[in-house]
Amino acid sequence: MSLLEINNLEVQYVMTDETIHAVNNISFSLEKGECLGLVGETGAGKTTTALSILRLLASPPAKTVNGEILYKGQDILKLREKEMREIRGDEITMIFQDPMTSLNPVKRVGDQIAEVIMQHRHCSKTEAFRLACDMLNQVGIRDERATEFPHQFSGGMKQRVVIAMALACQPNLLLADEPTTALDVTIQAQVVEMMIALRKQYQMSMIFITHDLGLVADICDKVAIMYAGEIVEYGNLEDIYLRTSHPYTVGLFGSIPSLSKDVDRLSPIQGLPPNPAKLPTGCKFHTRCERASEKCSCDEPLFHEIEPGHFVRCHLFDQEEHDDG
Amino acid sequence: MAEQRNDRDLLEIKNLKKYFTTNRGVLHAVDDVSFTLRQGRTLGVVGESGCGKSTLGKTILGLLDATDGSVIFDGEDVTHLKGRAWKEKRKSMQMIFQDPMASLDPRYTVMTLIAEPLKIFGVCRSKIELEEKVRELMQTVGLDEHLANRFPHELDGGRRQRIGIARALALDPRFIVCDEPVSALDVSIQAQVLNLLQDLQVEKNLTYIFVTHNMSVVKHISDNILVMYLGCMAEMCQSKELFRKPLHPYTKGLLSAIPIPDITVKRERIIMTGELSSPINPKPGCRFASRCPYTKDICTKETPAWKEELPDHFVACHCCREINQLDK
Repeated sequence: MSLLEINNLEVQYVMTDETIHAVNNISFSLEKGECLGLVGETGAGKTTTALSILRLLASPPAKTVNGEILYKGQDILKLREKEMREIRGDEITMIFQDPMTSLNPVKRVGDQIAEVIMQHRHCSKTEAFRLACDMLNQVGIRDERATEFPHQFSGGMKQRVVIAMALACQPNLLLADEPTTALDVTIQAQVVEMMIALRKQYQMSMIFITHDLGLVADICDKVAIMYAGEIVEYGNLEDIYLRTSHPYTVGLFGSIPSLSKDVDRLSPIQGLPPNPAKLPTGCKFHTRCERASEKCSCDEPLFHEIEPGHFVRCHLFDQEEHDDG
Repeated sequence: MAEQRNDRDLLEIKNLKKYFTTNRGVLHAVDDVSFTLRQGRTLGVVGESGCGKSTLGKTILGLLDATDGSVIFDGEDVTHLKGRAWKEKRKSMQMIFQDPMASLDPRYTVMTLIAEPLKIFGVCRSKIELEEKVRELMQTVGLDEHLANRFPHELDGGRRQRIGIARALALDPRFIVCDEPVSALDVSIQAQVLNLLQDLQVEKNLTYIFVTHNMSVVKHISDNILVMYLGCMAEMCQSKELFRKPLHPYTKGLLSAIPIPDITVKRERIIMTGELSSPINPKPGCRFASRCPYTKDICTKETPAWKEELPDHFVACHCCREINQLDK
């Protein structure tokens, strides 16, 4: 049994005048100790996916129309709020993008971490605070700083506090939503190095949400490329980086200025991401795809397994042996 | 492209300094920066947050008063220009700001926002002409026409930044300081905007100072790169040279910290310990000394000189020759 299995998840934001199709029919599974990189641009549905795993989406407007999220075989979407609260912050935790908005500015960082521990471990305040200090040590913050307030920390240090909080109860699954986007590269390198070490130490599974394909190459085992609420390509690192198949993924790689090669001009994907309230029919990417045919605009492509474990949602791969770029 | 560009210096910065007085002392945001920039070229300025790269851009444009030093634009010292004279110069010196949400008035529509610089300088004679010009600018930066009556908060970060670029382009400037213009954008859009900025540069012979923390972007767009650390210049040379042969230990660490989207490249990573020290009342000596793996006695005592260690490759480091074995 996989630790996490998502089947045909569909999430919409229902508003009075329009319905945003944020996540459309996505499925994936995650084994224990595995790290999945969820890559995509703004509005691709990465964060919505993560938030629906934790059931943190405000409803209304968010509405889970279809699908199931099996955590240890149990459908999270069917749990009562009380049961959910026991999983949230204990077994499944999340690191948000901006550390400043996820910390309470008027509480000492040690107390904030202790709060999580007290909620789930039912221990005394002193005991929880001691555990919080241990946790801060783990992320490279001296315990005397536990009595300081968030504004006394630099951006990188604040993100370490958030990571300490997320790991305080030794979760089975960590959802990291662009945890290093707000940090400088040298600080990012420190934080990433630390996260890799802590993940090994705690045997934690992780979903790493990012738009940086460089970070994914450093951290993840599997990669899911999302576009307009769908997973368009899924596979391990070699599948995605060496045998890139979906035209969107190819476009993503073409958009990144290379450090190792000299390219005079980038080859970006034309056009803009589609409006999630008015998604195109057929393949969601056909409006921007250079290789689109008539079929792409009317028929929705299936998720083909083009080689073991490597899935692509594209009509170019309708007959497996037929075409490989 | 090279032959179209004039070999004339458009911008010359001489010993530019910008200090801020704070409660805790004097903050040295930009400390003794000098360089020249030819017309039609791009200088990339890189460094981590707090290294003074944005302050440098703003001081050059006169948005902040320089504490010392001078800015010479097109042969004229513009450092201490005031009032109308500055306003006239601003037409040719523009800026694209870092955070579009903070630089755009939330109560203005996209149309009003882009029309604002045109109105201030009275470029268009009629309302129809103005709207036509705004539409044209919107098209140039890839904003859909139907967005003209939207407000910034209704748009995503990418589109907001495009408004900022359209505003900067409105007056046909010759020189633009781009302060992290693509940091808020998604990679596919970022690539479009970078191509757009490059096309505009060739088309209009624009000169850019491109401030960013994204090393792959800066390598792509710049002719020369200036690496800054805590307000000081650390290293400057041609873009390709910097990535092929970084000389300053900070540049080496910075380059090795960048995640590369290629699983076949295996690199040794230099993890720099610690964080930036404070730029308030900095101690004499090299500002990078506290994080540098090669620190010697002299590094904490004397400020390293700005030297041309290799042809057209400038470095401020006491141990540069030794670390890079340049003498051999």
